[in-house]
Amino acid sequence: MILVVAGEKKSYTEGLTIRDLIQIENVETPEYVTVSLNDEFVGKSDFESTVLKDGDTVEFIYFMGGGSSKWH
Amino acid sequence: MALTDAQLERYSRHIILKEVGVKGQKKLLDSKVLIIGAGGLGAPAAMYLAAAGVGTIGIADADEVDLSNLQRQIIHATEDVGKPKVQSAKETMERMNPDVIIHTYRKFVMSDNIRELIRDYDFIIDGTDNFPAKFLINDACVMEKKPFSHAGIIRFKGQLMTYVPGQGPCYRCIFQSPPPKDAVPTCKQAGVIGAMGGVIGSLQAMEAIKYILGVGDLLVGKLLTYDALKMEFRTVNLPKKVPTCAVCGDHPTITELIDYEQAVCDLRG
Repeated sequence: MILVVAGEKKSYTEGLTIRDLIQIENVETPEYVTVSLNDEFVGKSDFESTVLKDGDTVEFIYFMGGGSSKWH
Repeated sequence: MALTDAQLERYSRHIILKEVGVKGQKKLLDSKVLIIGAGGLGAPAAMYLAAAGVGTIGIADADEVDLSNLQRQIIHATEDVGKPKVQSAKETMERMNPDVIIHTYRKFVMSDNIRELIRDYDFIIDGTDNFPAKFLINDACVMEKKPFSHAGIIRFKGQLMTYVPGQGPCYRCIFQSPPPKDAVPTCKQAGVIGAMGGVIGSLQAMEAIKYILGVGDLLVGKLLTYDALKMEFRTVNLPKKVPTCAVCGDHPTITELIDYEQAVCDLRG
Protein backbone atom coordinates (compact mmCIF):
# COMPACT_ATOMS: atom_id res chain seq x y z
CA MET A 1 0.00 0.00 0.00
CA ILE A 2 1.04 3.59 -0.54
CA LEU A 3 1.17 6.02 2.39
CA VAL A 4 2.16 9.66 2.46
CA VAL A 5 4.46 9.90 5.46
CA ALA A 6 5.87 13.30 6.42
CA GLY A 7 5.07 14.50 2.93
CA GLU A 8 6.72 11.59 1.09
CA LYS A 9 4.83 8.93 -0.84
CA LYS A 10 6.21 5.51 -0.06
CA SER A 11 5.21 1.86 -0.32
CA TYR A 12 4.61 -0.15 2.85
CA THR A 13 3.38 -3.65 3.66
CA GLU A 14 -0.33 -4.08 4.38
CA GLY A 15 -1.63 -4.21 7.93
CA LEU A 16 0.84 -1.74 9.38
CA THR A 17 -0.16 0.04 12.59
CA ILE A 18 0.96 3.51 13.63
CA ARG A 19 3.25 1.94 16.20
CA ASP A 20 4.85 -0.19 13.43
CA LEU A 21 5.31 2.88 11.27
CA ILE A 22 6.98 4.78 14.12
CA GLN A 23 9.53 1.94 14.35
CA ILE A 24 10.07 1.62 10.61
CA GLU A 25 10.59 5.35 10.23
CA ASN A 26 13.00 5.52 13.19
CA VAL A 27 11.03 8.34 14.77
CA GLU A 28 13.13 10.24 17.28
CA THR A 29 11.77 10.28 20.86
CA PRO A 30 8.76 8.10 19.86
CA GLU A 31 7.14 8.46 23.30
CA TYR A 32 6.76 12.20 22.77
CA VAL A 33 5.81 12.44 19.13
CA THR A 34 2.37 13.64 18.10
CA VAL A 35 0.90 11.71 15.20
CA SER A 36 -1.75 12.93 12.83
CA LEU A 37 -3.59 10.62 10.47
CA ASN A 38 -5.41 12.34 7.61
CA ASP A 39 -5.18 15.67 9.48
CA GLU A 40 -6.63 14.34 12.75
CA PHE A 41 -4.55 13.58 15.86
CA VAL A 42 -4.31 9.98 17.02
CA GLY A 43 -4.11 9.40 20.79
CA LYS A 44 -0.99 7.60 21.95
CA SER A 45 -3.12 4.80 23.38
CA ASP A 46 -4.44 4.17 19.86
CA PHE A 47 -1.05 3.84 18.12
CA GLU A 48 -1.09 0.05 18.41
CA SER A 49 -4.69 -0.46 17.37
CA THR A 50 -4.77 1.99 14.46
CA VAL A 51 -4.19 0.06 11.23
CA LEU A 52 -3.14 2.17 8.27
CA LYS A 53 -4.73 1.83 4.87
CA ASP A 54 -3.73 2.66 1.33
CA GLY A 55 -3.70 6.41 0.68
CA ASP A 56 -3.44 7.47 4.32
CA THR A 57 -1.45 10.59 5.17
CA VAL A 58 0.61 10.44 8.34
CA GLU A 59 2.54 13.28 9.96
CA PHE A 60 4.91 13.16 12.92
CA ILE A 61 4.99 16.39 14.93
CA TYR A 62 7.95 16.85 17.24
CA PHE A 63 8.53 18.93 20.32
CA MET A 64 10.89 21.77 19.44
CA GLY A 65 12.29 24.25 21.95
CA GLY A 66 14.81 26.85 20.85
CA GLY A 67 15.02 30.58 21.33
CA SER A 68 15.95 32.10 24.65
CA SER A 69 16.51 30.16 27.81
CA LYS A 70 16.21 32.20 30.98
CA TRP A 71 12.62 33.22 30.77
CA HIS A 72 11.76 31.61 34.07
CA MET B 1 -2.19 61.37 13.68
CA ALA B 2 -0.63 62.07 10.28
CA LEU B 3 2.71 60.51 9.46
CA THR B 4 5.67 62.90 9.45
CA ASP B 5 7.79 63.39 6.34
CA ALA B 6 10.52 61.32 7.93
CA GLN B 7 8.02 58.52 8.63
CA LEU B 8 6.67 58.66 5.07
CA GLU B 9 10.23 58.16 3.87
CA ARG B 10 11.25 55.57 6.47
CA TYR B 11 8.22 53.40 5.75
CA SER B 12 7.97 54.18 2.01
CA ARG B 13 8.56 50.54 0.97
CA HIS B 14 5.67 49.53 3.22
CA ILE B 15 3.39 52.37 2.20
CA ILE B 16 3.75 51.57 -1.49
CA LEU B 17 2.34 48.08 -0.86
CA LYS B 18 -1.39 47.96 -1.48
CA GLU B 19 -1.77 45.66 1.54
CA VAL B 20 -0.18 48.28 3.80
CA GLY B 21 -0.50 51.88 2.61
CA VAL B 22 -0.57 54.82 5.02
CA LYS B 23 -3.52 53.21 6.79
CA GLY B 24 -1.66 49.96 7.41
CA GLN B 25 1.49 51.74 8.53
CA LYS B 26 -0.59 53.69 11.05
CA LYS B 27 -2.02 50.38 12.29
CA LEU B 28 1.53 49.13 12.82
CA LEU B 29 2.50 52.32 14.65
CA ASP B 30 -0.56 51.95 16.88
CA SER B 31 0.06 48.26 17.61
CA LYS B 32 1.65 46.56 20.59
CA VAL B 33 3.61 43.32 20.37
CA LEU B 34 5.17 41.44 23.28
CA ILE B 35 8.18 39.21 22.71
CA ILE B 36 8.89 36.67 25.44
CA GLY B 37 12.54 35.62 25.19
CA ALA B 38 15.23 37.87 23.69
CA GLY B 39 17.21 34.99 22.21
CA GLY B 40 17.61 33.18 18.91
CA LEU B 41 13.97 33.68 17.90
CA GLY B 42 13.15 36.88 19.77
CA ALA B 43 16.20 38.78 18.47
CA PRO B 44 15.33 38.79 14.76
CA ALA B 45 11.61 39.08 15.51
CA ALA B 46 12.22 42.16 17.67
CA MET B 47 14.50 43.76 15.09
CA TYR B 48 12.08 43.33 12.19
CA LEU B 49 9.14 44.54 14.28
CA ALA B 50 11.11 47.61 15.40
CA ALA B 51 12.23 48.34 11.86
CA ALA B 52 8.64 47.92 10.64
CA GLY B 53 7.46 50.59 13.04
CA VAL B 54 5.40 48.47 15.42
CA GLY B 55 4.76 51.32 17.82
CA THR B 56 5.11 49.53 21.13
CA ILE B 57 7.29 46.49 21.65
CA GLY B 58 7.56 44.69 24.97
CA ILE B 59 10.45 42.35 25.56
CA ALA B 60 10.68 39.93 28.50
CA ASP B 61 13.78 37.98 29.47
CA ALA B 62 15.60 37.53 32.77
CA ASP B 63 18.94 36.52 31.27
CA GLU B 64 22.17 38.35 30.55
CA VAL B 65 23.99 38.24 27.23
CA ASP B 66 26.49 35.38 27.11
CA LEU B 67 29.30 34.96 24.60
CA SER B 68 27.70 31.72 23.39
CA ASN B 69 24.52 33.64 22.48
CA LEU B 70 26.18 35.77 19.83
CA GLN B 71 26.35 33.03 17.18
CA ARG B 72 22.60 33.52 16.62
CA GLN B 73 21.13 36.26 18.82
CA ILE B 74 21.91 39.11 16.44
CA ILE B 75 20.25 41.83 18.49
CA HIS B 76 23.20 41.58 20.91
CA ALA B 77 26.84 42.42 20.14
CA THR B 78 30.20 41.50 21.64
CA GLU B 79 30.28 44.56 23.90
CA ASP B 80 26.88 43.57 25.34
CA VAL B 81 28.20 40.39 26.99
CA GLY B 82 27.11 40.49 30.63
CA LYS B 83 24.41 43.07 30.03
CA PRO B 84 20.73 42.18 30.63
CA LYS B 85 19.35 40.89 27.35
CA VAL B 86 16.31 43.14 27.53
CA GLN B 87 18.56 46.19 27.92
CA SER B 88 20.80 45.20 25.03
CA ALA B 89 17.74 44.46 22.88
CA LYS B 90 16.17 47.81 23.77
CA GLU B 91 19.32 49.72 22.86
CA THR B 92 19.57 48.00 19.48
CA MET B 93 15.90 48.61 18.66
CA GLU B 94 16.08 52.25 19.73
CA ARG B 95 19.08 52.76 17.47
CA MET B 96 17.16 51.15 14.63
CA ASN B 97 13.97 53.14 15.01
CA PRO B 98 13.26 56.00 17.43
CA ASP B 99 9.53 55.79 16.58
CA VAL B 100 9.21 52.68 18.70
CA ILE B 101 8.46 52.64 22.43
CA ILE B 102 10.21 49.70 24.08
CA HIS B 103 9.06 48.23 27.38
CA THR B 104 11.50 45.85 29.04
CA TYR B 105 10.57 43.17 31.56
CA ARG B 106 13.65 41.73 33.14
CA LYS B 107 11.80 39.19 35.15
CA PHE B 108 10.65 35.67 35.48
CA VAL B 109 7.50 35.16 33.46
CA MET B 110 5.36 32.98 35.69
CA SER B 111 1.78 31.96 36.28
CA ASP B 112 1.25 34.85 38.67
CA ASN B 113 2.35 37.64 36.29
CA ILE B 114 1.94 36.49 32.70
CA ARG B 115 -1.76 37.27 32.33
CA GLU B 116 -1.27 40.84 33.44
CA LEU B 117 1.82 41.14 31.24
CA ILE B 118 0.15 40.00 28.02
CA ARG B 119 -3.13 41.83 28.61
CA ASP B 120 -1.84 45.14 27.22
CA TYR B 121 -0.54 43.65 24.00
CA ASP B 122 -2.22 42.85 20.67
CA PHE B 123 0.01 39.94 19.72
CA ILE B 124 2.51 37.77 21.61
CA ILE B 125 5.65 36.15 20.22
CA ASP B 126 6.89 33.05 22.00
CA GLY B 127 10.65 33.16 21.64
CA THR B 128 11.36 30.84 24.57
CA ASP B 129 13.31 27.63 24.40
CA ASN B 130 11.68 25.46 26.99
CA PHE B 131 8.42 23.61 27.30
CA PRO B 132 7.15 24.89 30.66
CA ALA B 133 7.36 28.39 29.15
CA LYS B 134 5.69 27.36 25.93
CA PHE B 135 2.77 25.77 27.77
CA LEU B 136 2.47 28.73 30.12
CA ILE B 137 2.38 31.21 27.21
CA ASN B 138 -0.13 29.05 25.35
CA ASP B 139 -2.47 28.65 28.31
CA ALA B 140 -2.25 32.32 29.28
CA CYS B 141 -3.00 33.40 25.70
CA VAL B 142 -5.98 31.03 25.52
CA MET B 143 -7.31 32.39 28.82
CA GLU B 144 -6.71 36.04 27.90
CA LYS B 145 -7.92 35.46 24.32
CA LYS B 146 -4.66 36.74 22.84
CA PRO B 147 -3.17 35.64 19.53
CA PHE B 148 0.39 34.35 19.61
CA SER B 149 3.08 32.84 17.47
CA HIS B 150 4.67 29.60 18.62
CA ALA B 151 8.07 28.61 17.26
CA GLY B 152 10.78 26.11 17.99
CA ILE B 153 14.22 25.53 16.54
CA ILE B 154 16.82 22.80 16.91
CA ARG B 155 19.82 21.68 14.85
CA PHE B 156 18.85 22.41 11.23
CA LYS B 157 15.10 22.35 11.83
CA GLY B 158 12.41 24.77 12.84
CA GLN B 159 8.65 24.87 13.33
CA LEU B 160 6.07 27.62 13.57
CA MET B 161 2.34 28.02 14.14
CA THR B 162 -0.04 30.82 15.01
CA TYR B 163 -2.87 30.70 17.50
CA VAL B 164 -5.83 33.02 17.08
CA PRO B 165 -8.56 32.60 19.70
CA GLY B 166 -11.57 30.72 18.40
CA GLN B 167 -10.06 30.19 14.96
CA GLY B 168 -7.86 27.14 15.33
CA PRO B 169 -6.01 24.75 17.60
CA CYS B 170 -3.67 25.84 20.38
CA TYR B 171 -0.24 24.44 21.27
CA ARG B 172 -1.79 22.16 23.88
CA CYS B 173 -4.12 20.69 21.27
CA ILE B 174 -0.99 19.29 19.58
CA PHE B 175 1.12 18.47 22.63
CA GLN B 176 -1.02 17.70 25.67
CA SER B 177 1.68 18.35 28.29
CA PRO B 178 5.39 19.16 28.53
CA PRO B 179 7.82 16.29 28.05
CA PRO B 180 9.75 15.22 31.14
CA LYS B 181 13.07 16.92 31.82
CA ASP B 182 15.75 15.85 29.34
CA ALA B 183 13.32 13.65 27.40
CA VAL B 184 13.74 15.63 24.19
CA PRO B 185 16.92 17.35 23.07
CA THR B 186 17.42 21.09 23.51
CA CYS B 187 19.44 23.59 21.51
CA LYS B 188 22.10 23.63 24.19
CA GLN B 189 22.50 19.87 24.11
CA ALA B 190 21.88 19.32 20.41
CA GLY B 191 22.97 22.65 18.90
CA VAL B 192 21.25 24.91 16.45
CA ILE B 193 22.48 26.59 13.30
CA GLY B 194 22.50 30.33 13.96
CA ALA B 195 20.60 31.40 10.88
CA MET B 196 17.69 29.13 11.90
CA GLY B 197 16.63 31.71 14.48
CA GLY B 198 16.75 34.31 11.73
CA VAL B 199 14.52 32.29 9.43
CA ILE B 200 11.94 31.26 12.00
CA GLY B 201 12.05 34.41 14.16
CA SER B 202 11.54 36.53 11.03
CA LEU B 203 8.54 34.39 10.13
CA GLN B 204 7.14 35.07 13.61
CA ALA B 205 7.52 38.79 12.96
CA MET B 206 5.80 38.28 9.60
CA GLU B 207 2.82 36.59 11.26
CA ALA B 208 2.54 39.44 13.80
CA ILE B 209 2.64 42.05 11.03
CA LYS B 210 0.03 40.20 8.94
CA TYR B 211 -2.19 39.84 11.99
CA ILE B 212 -1.96 43.56 12.74
CA LEU B 213 -2.58 44.54 9.12
CA GLY B 214 -5.36 41.96 8.76
CA VAL B 215 -3.96 40.66 5.48
CA GLY B 216 -3.34 37.23 4.03
CA ASP B 217 -3.56 33.83 5.67
CA LEU B 218 -2.01 33.12 9.03
CA LEU B 219 -0.58 29.79 10.13
CA VAL B 220 -3.76 29.06 12.05
CA GLY B 221 -4.59 25.37 11.98
CA LYS B 222 -1.29 24.74 10.25
CA LEU B 223 2.21 23.97 11.42
CA LEU B 224 5.01 25.13 9.17
CA THR B 225 8.13 23.01 9.36
CA TYR B 226 11.49 23.91 7.90
CA ASP B 227 14.32 21.49 7.26
CA ALA B 228 17.41 23.47 6.25
CA LEU B 229 19.45 20.45 5.21
CA LYS B 230 16.76 19.33 2.77
CA MET B 231 15.98 23.01 2.14
CA GLU B 232 12.32 22.15 2.45
CA PHE B 233 9.38 24.01 3.94
CA ARG B 234 6.24 21.98 4.58
CA THR B 235 2.86 22.95 5.94
CA VAL B 236 1.24 20.27 8.09
CA ASN B 237 -2.51 20.65 8.39
CA LEU B 238 -3.81 20.46 11.94
CA PRO B 239 -7.36 19.67 13.05
CA LYS B 240 -9.54 22.81 13.11
CA LYS B 241 -10.51 22.11 16.68
CA VAL B 242 -9.61 19.53 19.30
CA PRO B 243 -12.73 19.30 21.49
CA THR B 244 -10.83 17.30 24.12
CA CYS B 245 -8.08 19.93 24.58
CA ALA B 246 -7.55 20.55 28.29
CA VAL B 247 -7.34 24.32 27.90
CA CYS B 248 -9.23 25.38 24.75
CA GLY B 249 -11.54 22.37 24.30
CA ASP B 250 -15.25 22.06 25.00
CA HIS B 251 -14.77 21.19 28.65
CA PRO B 252 -11.47 22.68 29.81
CA THR B 253 -9.88 21.00 32.81
CA ILE B 254 -7.06 23.57 33.01
CA THR B 255 -8.57 26.80 34.30
CA GLU B 256 -5.57 28.00 36.33
CA LEU B 257 -2.09 28.52 34.97
CA ILE B 258 0.58 25.97 35.81
CA ASP B 259 4.26 26.59 36.58
CA TYR B 260 5.73 23.33 35.40
CA GLU B 261 9.10 22.41 36.82
CA GLN B 262 11.88 24.16 34.93
CA ALA B 263 12.63 21.22 32.73
CA VAL B 264 14.67 20.37 29.71
CA CYS B 265 17.88 22.25 30.34
CA ASP B 266 19.69 24.41 32.80
CA LEU B 267 19.26 28.12 32.57
CA ARG B 268 22.46 29.11 30.86
CA GLY B 269 22.93 29.46 27.14
